[in-house]
Amino acid sequence: MLKTRVIPTLLMRDGALVKGVGFESWRGVGGAMQGVKVFNARDVDELVLLDIGATPQGGEPDWMTLEDLARECFVPLTIGGGVRSIAHFERLLEIGADKVAVNSAAYESPHLIEEAARRFGVQCVVASIDVRRDGDGRATCVSGCGAQSRAIDPAAWAREVEQRGAGEILLTRVEYDGAMTGYDCDLIRAVSEAVSAPVIASGGAGRYEHMAEALAAGASAVAAGAMFQFTQATPAEAKAFLAARGVRVRRSAGPGLVR
Amino acid sequence: MNVTVIRTGLSNLGSMVRALEECGAAVRVAEKAGDLDDAARVVLPGVGAFPEAMARLERDGFADALREHARRERPLLGVCLGMQLLADEGEEMGGAKGLGLVPGKVVALKVAEAGERLPHMGWNDVRPRGRSPLMRDTPDGGDFYFVHSYHFVPDDPADIAATTPYCGGFVSIVARGATFGAQFHPEKSSRAGARLLANFLAA
Repeated sequence: MLKTRVIPTLLMRDGALVKGVGFESWRGVGGAMQGVKVFNARDVDELVLLDIGATPQGGEPDWMTLEDLARECFVPLTIGGGVRSIAHFERLLEIGADKVAVNSAAYESPHLIEEAARRFGVQCVVASIDVRRDGDGRATCVSGCGAQSRAIDPAAWAREVEQRGAGEILLTRVEYDGAMTGYDCDLIRAVSEAVSAPVIASGGAGRYEHMAEALAAGASAVAAGAMFQFTQATPAEAKAFLAARGVRVRRSAGPGLVR
Repeated sequence: MNVTVIRTGLSNLGSMVRALEECGAAVRVAEKAGDLDDAARVVLPGVGAFPEAMARLERDGFADALREHARRERPLLGVCLGMQLLADEGEEMGGAKGLGLVPGKVVALKVAEAGERLPHMGWNDVRPRGRSPLMRDTPDGGDFYFVHSYHFVPDDPADIAATTPYCGGFVSIVARGATFGAQFHPEKSSRAGARLLANFLAA
């Protein structure tokens, strides 16, 4: 059976890993290479690596750093941040990304998703959707590391990007990111019901129970950043917790050929 | 152990090369069809959409070079889309002819059970049928990593080397002579995947 994925998220800026709360107050949490190596050695299900500096700084993906990181990663790797063109897709896949996440560019040139899906297949096009809620609780998509409102409902946007060719949705509730108080399960439910592609819940994981809640709300996979960086929690323990509650997870393989 | 990986311009070439190197292989990247002439074994990696990838293989001469490679009964491993391209035809995005190395068609996965989502994305079982040399000594219950929306339906059941329980069950490894195809990504399947690649390198 298909296993539920537990995915560490690494946020990178200027080649170092950072973590904030609500997409603010960023602080360094170590070297990016160290992070990739640690999670690779732990045989995680998948890694998401987002260069959060690329779009706000108006730059390209940090090719050299990303290539070095991808070389050390023998588990599935999604790379995002500053992806604006088919050439970016092609190069990221070539250096070792398995999937490419698009956020800002999806709003500005939606045809990018269609074209990427046509060339590379929907399975490697991940739509990263960042969401804030206003005082009335209304959810709105934002981009540019949370800075720019896109004035569109997340479920509607998820449906549109799926129709255009996104094969997966990485759904992040901005205010909850790094807060470790639980995912936005209403958001997860609304988006999961709107699309048939898998939805990765992101933003808010602080305890293993939170992951079970997100899955119950319809997520196909759960991502966590701060929880794996600032607490004793590990992806393996998270999966053991979920397995005990009847969630099908992948057992990490025993010692073998690859580190 | 020498292995040649084809540069299609549409694949996760870097991941494949690194994984093979990690298994101890001397990897050469084929930039042009002539590079396959003396290749002991070839990997056709795959990310991409069927028609675009096939058009590139035909345009660059790789398609004929691969047919010649298979005719000489030299080992060939197609991965993910690379496996699908071994078929006679694929229906993705309007349809296209394939390499025709393993008789069969590539068709869209269809949800068979509530809760299944498409694409099929993540870790799933690979259940060998018979004695599949590729699966030799892979960790028991070791899952492999899938990302795909289409699947290979071989004409000849004898070419089915493994299946995976999703969307009613689909073929996850084909084997016909020295030609193999894996629907999952061994290069991204951690230790189980490394074992499978090592098995191919020993083929």
